[in-house]
Amino acid sequence: MADNLNPWLDLRRLTPARIALGRTGTSMPTQAQLDFQYAHAQARDAVHLPFDHPGLSAQLTERGRESLLLHSAAADRHSYLQRPDLGRKLNDDSAQQLRDYALANPGGIDVAVVVADGLSALAVHRHTLPFLARMEEHTATEGWSLSPVILVEQGRVAVADEIGELLGARMVVMLIGERPGLSSPDSLGLYFTYAPKIGLTDAFRNCISNVRLEGLSYGMAAHRLAYLMREACRRQLSGVNLKDEAQVQTLDLEAPSENFLLKGD
Amino acid sequence: MATFSHAVGTQTYRFDSLKDVMAKASPARSGDFLAGVAAQNDGERVAAQMALADIPLAYFLQEVLIPYETDEVTRLIIDSHDLQAFATVSHLTVGGFRDWLLSDAADEHSLRALAPGLTPEMAAAVSKIMRVQDLILVAQKIRVVTRFRGTMGLRGRLSTRLQPNHPTDDPAGIAASILDGLLYGNGDAMIGINPATDSIASICDLLNMLDAIIQRYEIPTQSCVLTHVTTSIEAINRGVPLDLVFQSIAGTEAANASFGINLNVLQEGYEAGLSLNRGTLGNNLMYFETGQGSALSANAHFGVDQQTCETRAYAVARHFKPFLVNTVVGFIGPEYLYNGKQIIRAGLEDHFCGKLLGVPMGCDICYTNHAEADQDDMDTLLTLLGVAGINFIMGIPGSDDIMLNYQTTSFHDALYARKTLGLKPAPEFEQWLSKVGIFTQNDGRIEFGHQLPPAFRQALAHLGGR
Repeated sequence: MADNLNPWLDLRRLTPARIALGRTGTSMPTQAQLDFQYAHAQARDAVHLPFDHPGLSAQLTERGRESLLLHSAAADRHSYLQRPDLGRKLNDDSAQQLRDYALANPGGIDVAVVVADGLSALAVHRHTLPFLARMEEHTATEGWSLSPVILVEQGRVAVADEIGELLGARMVVMLIGERPGLSSPDSLGLYFTYAPKIGLTDAFRNCISNVRLEGLSYGMAAHRLAYLMREACRRQLSGVNLKDEAQVQTLDLEAPSENFLLKGD
Repeated sequence: MATFSHAVGTQTYRFDSLKDVMAKASPARSGDFLAGVAAQNDGERVAAQMALADIPLAYFLQEVLIPYETDEVTRLIIDSHDLQAFATVSHLTVGGFRDWLLSDAADEHSLRALAPGLTPEMAAAVSKIMRVQDLILVAQKIRVVTRFRGTMGLRGRLSTRLQPNHPTDDPAGIAASILDGLLYGNGDAMIGINPATDSIASICDLLNMLDAIIQRYEIPTQSCVLTHVTTSIEAINRGVPLDLVFQSIAGTEAANASFGINLNVLQEGYEAGLSLNRGTLGNNLMYFETGQGSALSANAHFGVDQQTCETRAYAVARHFKPFLVNTVVGFIGPEYLYNGKQIIRAGLEDHFCGKLLGVPMGCDICYTNHAEADQDDMDTLLTLLGVAGINFIMGIPGSDDIMLNYQTTSFHDALYARKTLGLKPAPEFEQWLSKVGIFTQNDGRIEFGHQLPPAFRQALAHLGGR
C-alpha cells in the first residue's frame, strides 16, 4: 500500500512543481507515475505531430489571408532533429518559389509573416489564428503592409531571415512551436528581426516566449511584439540592443509571496 | 603533424592527424556527424580505434589537438602536466593503458597518484576503446573526495543537489520544493537554484534566502545560485552570503569566451569565494557544469570530437579544486546526443574521464522532450552511474523541472539508487536526517520518521495561518 499521507500536501498551492507526490516504500506511487508518463507522451506527440498546413491554409483563406507553403532543407523530422543547420534554410524549390513570388509582387513589404512547425506543430495549430488576429490589429494601426502567411514545414527560427531577405521585407515576424515541456506541449514562440538577412545570429533577434493559454496571453504577446517593432523601426535595429528597454517597458511581475520556511525570523 | 594508417585484412584506413583518429574512433553520436568529424561507417570507426590503441601515450604530449599558441586551455593542460606522475604509464600505448587500468595494478591509490600525469586527451582516447563495463569498473576504483560544509565522494555515499527551480523565482514556491526534497532526504550536495531572472538584486535575494534556511534548520549543506561567475563576484562584493561559486565551462578558449569567461575570470571567482571562508570542513567551493556538444554549439570545437572537447573542460575544472562538477548530459538536445543509448554512453564516459583526471564528478541524468529518450533510459544511466560510484546526481520534484523544461532525476530516484545499491548520503547530512527525524538508513533500509519533524511541522503551521 502506498504511504500516500502527505502532511505537506498544502504546499502544492505554492508551486506548479510536482511536490508532495507521496511514496510507496521509497518509490513513486502509481497515480503520480502514470500522470508523468502521460505528460511525457503528450510532449513527445507534440514533437512528432505533422504540421497540418492544409488545415491552417484553409482557415487563413476563410479569413481572407493568402498563404504560401514552403519547406526547409530538412527532409523529415528525423533529419530535422539531428541537423539544425538544414532546418535553418529553405530547400532549393522553396527558395525559387519565393524568388518568383517576389518578382511577381515587386516593391517590398513592411512585415513578412512566417509560421513554422518548429518543435511543436500543436502550438502552431492552436495559436496561429488567434494570435495573428491580435497582431494584425497593431500592424493595421501602424499602416504596415504584410506578406502572405508563409508556412514552413520542418522550419527553425533562422529560416525566417532567409524568407525576409528574399521578400525584401523591412521586418520579419516568426511564429514557431517551442520545445514542449512536460506541462506545456503547446507553447508558441515569437521571433522578430529588423532588416532580416541570411546569416544573422540570435543576437539580432528578439524573442517572446511561452505564448499559450496557461502562459503569456495573445493580447500581451501582441502588445510586446508591437512595442518591439515600433522601437525597431525608430532605431533601425533589433536584438540584444533593443531587448532590455522593451523588457522594462512591459515588466509585469507579481509581488513575490512570503517564504513560510523563514516565518517568525 | 603525423598521419596514421591502419590495415585490417586487405583494407587500409588512413587518418590525417591525431584529432582525426580520435574523432573517428569515437562511438557514434549525432554531434560528431553534425560537425562532420565522425567515421564514415562502422568499419572505419573500429579501424580508428585500432589505430588509436597503437599510439603511445607519450605522443599526446607532442601533438596537441588545438594549438598551444592560440588556446589557453591547451596551455593549461601542457603547462600543468606532471611528468613524474605520468612515469607509471609513460611507456604504454593507449591500448596498453586500457589493459593497465583494468588490471589490479590500478587501484584507488595508484590512480590518485596518476591523475596529475594524465592529460584530458589521454583520458578521452582510452575511453573511446572502452566498453560500458570498462568505464564503470575503472571509475568505481577511484574516489575524489571534497569538502565544504559536507563531505562529498566517500565510498558508499551518493549525494544529491536539491534543485528547487521555479519559473518566476517565487520564494514560497522555491521553499515548497526545498522542503519536499529535504523530507525525501535530498540536498546534501547542495541546494542549487537555476534562477529565472538574472538580475543582481534577485540573485542576492535568493542567496540570502538559501543561507537563512540552511542556518535556521542547521542543515549541513551548501547553497548555490547558478548565475554567471561575474555576478557571483558582484554578490560577494556586496557582502551577500554565498557558498559555492558556479560557472558553465567548456574545453576550448573560444567556447569559454562564448560563455563570457576565461581562466583569469574563473580565478577571480575562486579567490572571491575563498575570501568568504565559509567552508567548515574544507574549502572546495567551485561548482562547474559542462556537457558534450557545448564547444560545437559555440562553433568553437576546431574539428575536435565532442567527447574530447568535454574532457578538456575537466582540465579547466580541476585547476580550481572544485567542490563538484556536473556533466549535464542530456540537456543539450538530440543534435548532439540523439537517443537514450548515446546519452547513457556519454554520461559514463564523462564520469570516467572526469574521475580519472581527479575531478569530483556528478551527472545531471537528463533528457529533453525532443530526444529519443525516456524514464527507462534515465533509470538505466542512474543505476550504472550508481555502480560506477558517482559523487552526486540531481534531485527535483517528480523529475519535472518546471523552469528549465527538461526531465532529470527525482527525489524518489535518489532513494531508489541508495536503496538498491546500499548507498548513503554524505555523513554529516546522514546524521542531520537522523537527528531531525526525517529518516535513518541502515545499508539499503530506509526508515522514515513516523511524523513530520517538529521544526518543519511548525513551518507548515505558519502556512496554514496564511
